[in-house]
Amino acid sequence: MSASKTVITRYTTLNRVNHWINAICFVVMVLSGLSMFHPMLFFLSGLFGGGQWTRAMHPWVGIALLISYSGLVVQFWRENIWRKEDFAWLKAAQFVMVNEEEHAPPVGCNNAGQKLVFWSMTLLIPVLFLTGLVIWEVYFGESTPIPVQRAAVLIHSFAAIAAIIVWIVHVYAAIWVRDSMRAMTQGYVTPGWAWRHHRKWLEELASGQHGKNIIRKRP
Amino acid sequence: MSDLQSQDYVRRSASTMTPPSARSHEEQVAKLIDVSRCIGCKACQTACMEWNDLRPEIGHFEGTYQNPADLGPSVWTLMKFAEYENEQGNLEWLIRKDGCMHCEDPGCLKACPAPGAIVQYANGIVDFISDKCIGCGYCVKGCPFDIPRISKTDHKSYKCTLCSDRVTVGLEPACVKACPTGAIMFGSKADMTHQAEERIIDLKSRGFEKAGLYDPAEVGGTHVMYVLHHADKPSLYSGLPDKPQISPMVTVWKGIVKPLAMVGVAMAALAGLFHWVAEGPNEVTEADEAEGERVLRESETEKSS
Repeated sequence: MSASKTVITRYTTLNRVNHWINAICFVVMVLSGLSMFHPMLFFLSGLFGGGQWTRAMHPWVGIALLISYSGLVVQFWRENIWRKEDFAWLKAAQFVMVNEEEHAPPVGCNNAGQKLVFWSMTLLIPVLFLTGLVIWEVYFGESTPIPVQRAAVLIHSFAAIAAIIVWIVHVYAAIWVRDSMRAMTQGYVTPGWAWRHHRKWLEELASGQHGKNIIRKRP
Repeated sequence: MSDLQSQDYVRRSASTMTPPSARSHEEQVAKLIDVSRCIGCKACQTACMEWNDLRPEIGHFEGTYQNPADLGPSVWTLMKFAEYENEQGNLEWLIRKDGCMHCEDPGCLKACPAPGAIVQYANGIVDFISDKCIGCGYCVKGCPFDIPRISKTDHKSYKCTLCSDRVTVGLEPACVKACPTGAIMFGSKADMTHQAEERIIDLKSRGFEKAGLYDPAEVGGTHVMYVLHHADKPSLYSGLPDKPQISPMVTVWKGIVKPLAMVGVAMAALAGLFHWVAEGPNEVTEADEAEGERVLRESETEKSS
């Protein structure tokens, strides 16, 4: 492939740093949470210095995750607003799945799948946070009646599993759609990538809607 | 108790394997508390503190004989005082010694995520192996009787052990030994049930028609049982549950959700793997690059013209 001389900035340094802080928090939450969820995964608590440490640190990392994810929401909510064309794209998702993306309608900055990941997490992380507070034994063990705690821990489990599945979809999509990962590590994509996956976005930025600096020389 | 190798576990928390259970030829034990014979002297509370070396913080007088106000990490048994006005308009002072009921089907053990932190011995005693406790408070959610309390200092959960250390060497629990009226008895579950039956016949003959044994079947029976004068209304006795059961929410959380979640997560990961194997990556082609560059170039020339 001939390397193009120009590239497009997809994620700023702030976007990327925030994303990877979020990723670290999320992975730590998944590993520590699963260790307290299923007996066969209790060994994961060893990664954090044992069961007591895992139990103690899980909620604090949860706070960090909520703060970091709030940062992502502030930065990304605009390009994730749901539009009519997203339904059309979802209907054509079968073509996308078999790498025949050309049969799907052109997409803007984010496709419907990406938007669904964004909004699922935007719903699930606050749910996990609030139910997590209720079952944070050290500080809030006596703040709510036990039946409320039972409901909270059940909702917490369901939301966590949903979030993990959404996360698997997110990670796999980044591996599957080549060069997406580079967008989140080095920050840029090629014009060909934008043409293939986000044609409307390419046209928008070509017409100058996203500012001049978004198109730059390849580093 | 974790220092002694008991090898008589019938249940072990958060374990998918059979626990060491070779030495399980034991009789089921039970403590029988005859509420109708209790005088509220609190000798049992004191004996519990003495034997277990527990010293709860000194609290405040709350206008009731009940002291301390509630169970705690250092209060494993507590006399609960309830005043009840019966149908004849007479006052009945219902004094119940509260503490772990040692359920045959223990909700705390079901909810516990730490392997081996809660065990049940072949004699039926449910014991917390504090060493392995992680302080999460799941046992609190699992318990139908609101018994376990988490210490704020060492972040471990505590409750009555039924003096498992004494029972192992053939002694009765400390509270039983101390009770001056014989209201607390200890022995095999069969003997205690029999004892209760005799007592209930006696109570009925003396006008307590609803006298009965509290050994709730919803939790598989308990290894601490009460003789109640009003067995039809256990909640009169400072909120003893009428129909104690492990909350359905706990059953769902610890039952179906665990395997369902594991399968769901595994399926998502496998779906990704096999999608990759079947379809491969979605790659940008040279034609895409050419088109992409064309769009950018054309917009440049448009702007400059």
